[in-house]
Amino acid sequence: MMPEQTSAVVAGGQPALGEEPLVIAGRTLRSRLILGSGGFSSLELMAEAIAASGSELVTVALRRLDLSPTRPRGSLVEVLAAAGVEILPNTAGCHTARDAVLTARLAREAFATDWIKLEVIGDEDTLLPDAPELLHAAEQLVDEGFVVLPYTTDDPVLARRLADVGCAAVMPLGSPIGSGMGIRNPYNIALIREAVNVPLVLDAGIGTASDAALAMELGCDAVMAASAIARAEDPVRMASAMRAAVGAGRLAAGAGRIPRRTYAKASTPSKGLPDF
Amino acid sequence: MIFVNGQSSEVPAGETVAGVLARMGLAEGARGVAVAVDGEVVPRAAWSTHALGEHARVEVLTAMQGG
Repeated sequence: MMPEQTSAVVAGGQPALGEEPLVIAGRTLRSRLILGSGGFSSLELMAEAIAASGSELVTVALRRLDLSPTRPRGSLVEVLAAAGVEILPNTAGCHTARDAVLTARLAREAFATDWIKLEVIGDEDTLLPDAPELLHAAEQLVDEGFVVLPYTTDDPVLARRLADVGCAAVMPLGSPIGSGMGIRNPYNIALIREAVNVPLVLDAGIGTASDAALAMELGCDAVMAASAIARAEDPVRMASAMRAAVGAGRLAAGAGRIPRRTYAKASTPSKGLPDF
Repeated sequence: MIFVNGQSSEVPAGETVAGVLARMGLAEGARGVAVAVDGEVVPRAAWSTHALGEHARVEVLTAMQGG
């Protein structure tokens, strides 16, 4: 693990302000950054970025095992285990509740975890979720004992429905997956914060550190970053930036920002101004 | 004909899931691997006993970078 970069501990060993751990379904996470494993040019680079990010939870997909005799022997699972992170399997690529439920069951077998990042895609160009299929799959997986973290649109009503059926968190998008467009509708993210009591994780659309900070300022409990780190020119540096941004955004959210106003409000008193 | 990951295979009917994995060079305790036969999960505990039917479609899945 890398040395602490966000001064998580102050004198006396107490956590610094804004450093309270995140708890999802009874599991305590010290990092509020969830990483995607996709898009890195090598497993070594991925491991370096994970270390720099401080993340404890990294997503993986399930795909057919390469049957060719020349398949690489280096295992993603082993690299993640060596990095000391937990695997969060996803259902990426599923277009129906049926496929997503089956994929989740297979992931439970493969990785011995009940956690599933539920993705049910409804459109190839935007990769936006298919809301009815998503809700249906979430309900079924909760019934089967899974800890369900659904990737959802930034719809406060759908987010509430997902929480109501027992999802352990909700993960609304800021903008389409891999688009780097940031948070297109910050008002909806703030409304979702009011609508649900489960942890809120901003998923998808993060392009750079300021997007992650904004997510936290809007009241998110954590941020998921994949392409933003993996496809950055320097993924390790961007991982460090995301770590700092999530910490800064969390601190700022707790600090209470000043209201926006149209006209200036002097920060220096006019009393005592000399008359020249 | 039994299909493994979408490809026709030499695997004979009656072979077990564990047998298929062994043919693929996977040890019994292989980490990060899951198997579905005809759209149903075959739990790890049943790999050595689950025999494949005449036209079984076997999917052997593992972790891939994603998300």
